[in-house]
Parts: sequence; C-alpha cells; structure tokens
Amino acid sequence: MKNVIGREIPEYINGVGKIDMFVGAWQKLKKGWMDEVTIPPPNKAKLPHQSKICQTLEEAIIKTSPKSGMTVSFHHHLRNGDNILVNSIEILAKMGIKNITLAASSLNEVHNPILKYLKDGTITKIWSSGIRGEIGKAISEGVLDIPVTIHSHGGRVRAIHTGKINLDLAIIAASAADNEGNATGCKGKSAFGSMGYASIDTRYAKQVIVVTDNMVDYPCIPISITQNFVDYVVKIDSIGDASKIATGSTRITKSPIDLRIAKLAANVIEHSGSFKNGFSFQVGAGGASLAVAKYIREKMKTSEIKGSFILGGVTSYGVDMLNEGLFNTIFDVQSFDAAVCSSLIDNSHHIEIPAALYANPFNCGCMTNKLDIVVLGALEIDTNFNVNVITGSDGTIRGASGGHSDTASGATLTVVVCPSFRGRIPIVKTSIHTVVTPGESIDVLVTERGICVNPLKPELEEKLIKAGLNIRKIEDLQIEVESIVGKVQEIEFTDKIVGLIEYRDGTIIDVIRQVKHHG
Amino acid sequence: MEILKKSQSGSFESSDIIILIEPVEPNSGRNIDIDSSVMLEYGDTIKALITSKLDSYNISDIHLIAKDKGALELTINARLETAIKRACNIQKATMH
Repeated sequence: MKNVIGREIPEYINGVGKIDMFVGAWQKLKKGWMDEVTIPPPNKAKLPHQSKICQTLEEAIIKTSPKSGMTVSFHHHLRNGDNILVNSIEILAKMGIKNITLAASSLNEVHNPILKYLKDGTITKIWSSGIRGEIGKAISEGVLDIPVTIHSHGGRVRAIHTGKINLDLAIIAASAADNEGNATGCKGKSAFGSMGYASIDTRYAKQVIVVTDNMVDYPCIPISITQNFVDYVVKIDSIGDASKIATGSTRITKSPIDLRIAKLAANVIEHSGSFKNGFSFQVGAGGASLAVAKYIREKMKTSEIKGSFILGGVTSYGVDMLNEGLFNTIFDVQSFDAAVCSSLIDNSHHIEIPAALYANPFNCGCMTNKLDIVVLGALEIDTNFNVNVITGSDGTIRGASGGHSDTASGATLTVVVCPSFRGRIPIVKTSIHTVVTPGESIDVLVTERGICVNPLKPELEEKLIKAGLNIRKIEDLQIEVESIVGKVQEIEFTDKIVGLIEYRDGTIIDVIRQVKHHG
Repeated sequence: MEILKKSQSGSFESSDIIILIEPVEPNSGRNIDIDSSVMLEYGDTIKALITSKLDSYNISDIHLIAKDKGALELTINARLETAIKRACNIQKATMH
C-alpha cells in the first residue's frame, strides 16, 4: 500500500513482520505520550575491587559468553579510522558465532572487511543510521535475506529504549579510560571528541566492554561513559587510525558553487525571521552546509546578533564562533575534528550530550525540538521537498540518515542546500529513489540556480520575496535542470526489499529495493 | 568522411569527456568503447549521441574511445566534433 507521502510499501515484509506505516512527522507524537513501553535495562552486580581488566579484546569478548543470534553494538565516533568493529566481528566469527544482529550507529568504508561475514551468515541483520562503501553496495544487491533498518540518530535511541534493538553486547571504543571503565573520547592519541552516540548502548546492553589504547590512572576525567555501566575494560595498542579518526580543524570549502549556495542560504536565513538574538543553529560538517556558517558568522557580527546554542555535529568552526562570543553554548553529540577536543575539556559552555538528549523523539523534549535554524544537505530532493540522503543516483545505499529527519522536524527553519545537479546527475527531481525526511519538514531549498520555498510556508516565501531574493517554483527548477542534464534512464529494481527507512518515531517512511544486476 | 589520423579532444576532468579516435582498415566498421561515471543513468544517450554524430559526418570506419566523467550533452557534442574534425583534417582552427 501507499503511505501518507505516496511511497509504495508492503504491509507485511518477511523477516520483519507487519509494517507500521509513516503517518506524518508529528502525527504519532502529538497526543503527548507514547504507547510503546520502555524496556528495563539490565541489573548487574560486581564485588568491591573486582578487576574488570582483560588482557585482550578476545578475552573480554569470550567473558561475555557470546551466542549465536546475539545483537552487538558499536558507535561510529572513530569514523573512517575505526579498528574496533572489524576486529570484534572477526573475533566473534572465529568463535563460530552466527546469525549476529549488528547494531552499529553508522557503517563506513573502513568496515568493508566485514562484508564476507554478511555473505557467510555470521551477520544476518543490520540496524544503522548510515551505510557506506562496499557493504551498502552489497546490501543493495541483496546479500542479506532480512532487510536492513536505517534509523535516525534520535530514532536509534528510541529503538533501544523500546526494545526493538535488544543489545546483548556493546563494544565501546574510547581514547582514554581507567580500570573501572570510566571513559572519554577527548584525550589521547586517538581522541575523537564527544561520545554522544555510545551513551545509550552502555545503559541498555547486557554486557559492556570499553576498549582503549590509552589507559589512564583512576579516575579518567572527563567522564563520558561511567563505570557503573561497564563490565570489562581492555587496553589494546590502537583503537584506530588517528589520521582518519579526526584531523586538525575543518576548513570551509573553496568550491565556487558551494560558496554561492551557502551565500544564498545565509541570505535566506537573514530574512527568514528566525535570525535574531537568542537563535539556535545547526549546520552539517562539510560542503555548502558548513560554508553557511561562514556567512552567518559575518552577518552576526555586522548585525550584532548573539545566538543561544550550536547543536549537533561540531567542527572547530563552531568552536571559533563560541570563543568569539557569537553563541552562548555548544551542545556536542559528535565532534568532527581534533581541534574540538580541547574545547570540550576546557570550555564549560561546550557540553557533550548523549543522543537521547540530542534527538530522541520519545522523551520530554530533545534539543532538536529547540532548534531555530538547521542547514542540511541532500543527495536528491523531489518537487514535494521530500529528501533522500541514503541512496545514490544508481539506487544503491551509500549515505546516512543521521540526524537529518530529527533536526528537520524540530527546527523552526529547515534549509536544504545542494547543487541542482552534480556532474550531470540531477539532484532536484520529480521522483527520488528513497525518502528519508518528509517534505513537510523542509521549509526551503537553496541551489545555485535559485531558492524554492515549500508551499506549506507562504509567509516565509513572502518575507524572502520582500527581501529581493530570487524565489522560484521547485517544479520550474526541476524542468530547467532536466533541460540541462537530459532525462535520466530509469534504474531497474527487483521486488525484493533490502532496506527499511525507519522514521524517527519508529514508523516506516520508505523501503529500498534490490537493484537489478547489470552484467 | 574518412578518418585519416589519430586525434583526441577533451580531458579527464569531472563534467568533461575525453574522446580518442584512430583510423581502422576500410570496411571494418565502427568500434566504439564507452566508459562513463554515469553509465547507468546516461549510457544509452551517450551512445546515441556518438552514433548520430558519426552518421552526420558519414563516418563508417572508426575506432572511438570515450571516457566520460559526467559531461553535459553540449560538451559531449563539442568534444566529438573537435576530435572528428582533427582526425579528418578538416579542423579550421590553428590546432591540428
């Protein structure tokens, strides 16, 4: 059947069960409580001065008595430098554990080596906010029988709370830890900043292993992960490749198209009505999205506007704005560069937050609900403003849902910035492969060829027109783009469903189908 | 029109296409190799574009290699035309 945004989704899917259809961004939440119950986290017991130290990761994993059919979780704060996920899965595979559900908060190219364990039945189910590299491609080609579930960062917390993801073992990489398992990501040779996504795993997993390459004297300060949730602690030589975990400080793009888009987006923000004293702000970490911060920074200085907080994935650019007094506070769920770590330690207004506080829809109010302005990217956007950030133009999985739908739904002004086409691939289209964020959450699209306001926001459109901005219909933009790049050949899919896109409230907003093999 | 010599035009830059042409024995037909970063999305249209360009120059014997990095149609047409004219010695500009 078709759901409320017209996506064709079966009512029942083998290996998943009955499908709870997406009904609108706030439809399920607006009654003020949730019917889903929170499952109890496990009770544990340790004797005084009982050692948690294990000599090897293998020893620690053996002590947790892993079993076939288990769910094992990892965080993705080490990004493309992560050694821990692949090593752990290899250990489990060597022990003959099969039928594992992998609940990694995100999967990157660095995890390509686990592909063989998807093929041999070691891993049979995946929950993640994003999948890139060979794994995404293989899943799109149908390597797994059970479809993967793509959740948002906030949705992951909800899924763990409600027991949809039932964690047996969480393996938590930390750049510093003590012998009780107090741990942080802010110190050490492999420092990566905030551990926001790992927090929920430690509270709910039946067994928790902290792995570090930097064992420090008790207590490890700052404490991001606390000892009362940690079963075992392991010191290894290296948790990952520091050069790929986090490097230096993030630079603003030099791409003329991205800069033009960013400048237009900053003009939109300036005249939106949301750009005023006390506003809160979130931008992505790269490309046009981060470049918007550059222009907003200038506009804040010239108009003498001071903001409240910066949210989300944090770069050194955000830290600079905090240090200049442009914002009061940074709430940091994930840090994108090494320069952020010292700020997290030294600046009391730079605060590490767990994913639950960041974006979980099932609580008394996550911080994305408090956002005034968010600037997001898109792989594709359709003329109803629905956004795809998970599948590429060839229909295969290669992106991440991340906090896209969380922030888009919460913010007063949600701006999507993207070129209208990239290397002949149209971005603005009549129909897109996959919907991650519904159009109702998107207020305005900014491209190098003009600005399109969602018809659901006529007052915003009026304000922007009054400010003299080039506002045009998204349908016209789409036609113009197609006249430049030509009509794209239809990508062929089979009926097999390889992925579910879970909206933040747990309903299914879309499905990903298997791409037909091209020989 | 007859292909008299090897020629090339374009580049490996993104949003460009490089066209390489070489002469073949008379009556050996068209041998066209296309490699594109947008093969799934535009492979057929690129092929059709090349075929119709060769038709318009009445070229029946040719070895043509196209390596595309997402060039727009007008770029592909320009690169094709330049490479063909160079290969047939009918290029009017200074570069041969």
